[in-house]
Amino acid sequence: MSAPTGLQVELRQDAPIPLAAEFSCAPGEVLALVGPSGSGKTTILRSIAGAYRPRHGAVAINGETWFCSDDNIHLPPHRRAVGMVFQNYALFPHLTALQNVMTAMDHLPRGEREAEARHLLQMVHLGGLEERRPAALSGGQQQRVAVARALARKPQVLLLDEPFSAVDKATRQRLYREIAELRRALHLPIVLVTHDLDEAAMLADRLAVLHHGRTLQTGTPEEVTTRPLSPEVARLVNLRNVFDATVTGRRDGGGVIIQWSGMTMETVKDTRLPIGTAVCWVIPDGFVVVHRRDRPSRGEHENPVSGMVESMLSIGQAAMLTMRPHHDARLPLHFSVPLHVARRNGLAPGVEVTVSLLAEGIHLMPAA
Amino acid sequence: MDWTALIISLRLAVFTVLILLPIGIVTGRVLAYRNFPGKGMVEALVALPLVLPPTVFGYYLLVAFGAASPIGQLWQATFGHQLVFTFEGLLLASIIFNLPFAIQPMERGFEAIAPEIREAAACCGLTPWRALLKIELPLALPSILTAMVLSFAHTLGEFGIVLMVGGSIPGETRTIAIAIYDRVQAFDEAGAAQMSALLLAISLITIALVFIFSRRGDRWPK
Repeated sequence: MSAPTGLQVELRQDAPIPLAAEFSCAPGEVLALVGPSGSGKTTILRSIAGAYRPRHGAVAINGETWFCSDDNIHLPPHRRAVGMVFQNYALFPHLTALQNVMTAMDHLPRGEREAEARHLLQMVHLGGLEERRPAALSGGQQQRVAVARALARKPQVLLLDEPFSAVDKATRQRLYREIAELRRALHLPIVLVTHDLDEAAMLADRLAVLHHGRTLQTGTPEEVTTRPLSPEVARLVNLRNVFDATVTGRRDGGGVIIQWSGMTMETVKDTRLPIGTAVCWVIPDGFVVVHRRDRPSRGEHENPVSGMVESMLSIGQAAMLTMRPHHDARLPLHFSVPLHVARRNGLAPGVEVTVSLLAEGIHLMPAA
Repeated sequence: MDWTALIISLRLAVFTVLILLPIGIVTGRVLAYRNFPGKGMVEALVALPLVLPPTVFGYYLLVAFGAASPIGQLWQATFGHQLVFTFEGLLLASIIFNLPFAIQPMERGFEAIAPEIREAAACCGLTPWRALLKIELPLALPSILTAMVLSFAHTLGEFGIVLMVGGSIPGETRTIAIAIYDRVQAFDEAGAAQMSALLLAISLITIALVFIFSRRGDRWPK
């Protein structure tokens, strides 16, 4: 057998569910499909598993073709070695935890199944609960049975459909750590579907941002969340500071200068965009720096913008602020600072504030 | 007490249930999971015996099974005797008029299995046949038992259709429901009362069983 090459997926159709998805996932890699509800994430997962057959495309795993519309190949799900963890786990309610796991072991001789199933349940920390039915297990325990059952088939790819959505926050944190451990032990391609960007960024090596069944961008969490390819991606990854501008010049250092609603801004992006090009720009929260009142702050000379605080919402130890810049009050700027910074600077609704938009954080995209 | 009539009724009910079991599982499952053109028509046909007066239904079956009909002639040619006014004819009629009692509960039972449970079975590597045996049938079991009990009880109690298709031939087609009517006509109050009490008891037990099975169905949260 050749070395595992991982999972390659390419799906296309116009109806009934539009799909234009293309991605790959290497052995040992976690790829997160992120996007709002209805963006086709689950349909893509079901297409990999074989439960859904799209009009066009191909699914291949380690060189083996599971689906290829050109060659009219479509293996049914029971002939694809997938491990699938369903959103609500889809455990068989009439079977015990042990029997649930053993159900996925038809490939093993009958005599070996029970020992192997017990071993898997131990691995997901469920030793002692083998004889319980799903209804007698907590949400987190059910999720672990689902993971053990998914692994029982010796899958070539592990598919996780919103696996953390049905458990409380504390359990979720514990399950995150367990998934991270598992993935080191398994060396399988793992495709995780989630609408929670933080979860995706924490667990995944790469994200594929989906909208209406289309993969808009694939990249590391850092790439996708700071350098989105389009304003649409920026919105989908919760970047709220997306604005229109025009390229007006080039700095000596290389970055272009843009005009944002009458205000001149410096960037470090050395694009080849000709002067006069309409662009969109985006700045992640972390690159908006509040000027201190008592002494100069870091990067104070970079793109200073003054305005009035419109609203401030504290969430835990962070303050989420919205300000209306004086040069154009129609363009609200959003940023967050640690709560103690907000207090020290007396930030509150109606208060004057000046911030710097750090040039290195400004990212340019083609205009929408 | 007309023991012969009781035995004919029980035989009819047992055969009806046994033959309807596979028919109900296959049809109920197809109706629950598949969409096809004319599905509404098929469901309407299955439900028809529920609303049609038994005499009307019995009349059409009599015509359809009669010596002049293709079915009747085929039967005559194959087995050398006519289909109407025989136990076989009665059994065929009984299967047809019990279709809704067998198929509808089973259809509901298969429908109640969440689609992702069936997908999970396939993703566990179970072939469709193994998935049916290990996952679907056990989960639909309370509904299947309900369907069997309802068909059984309904066969014991059916009167109009039995009279139309089977007549009232002692030892062949006279069921207990018809025997009760005959007893009343003959002013045998005691005989009618005994047999009626027996049917009442059977019906009560049946309904109790149906409730017990449907409660079992709730034991596994969906």
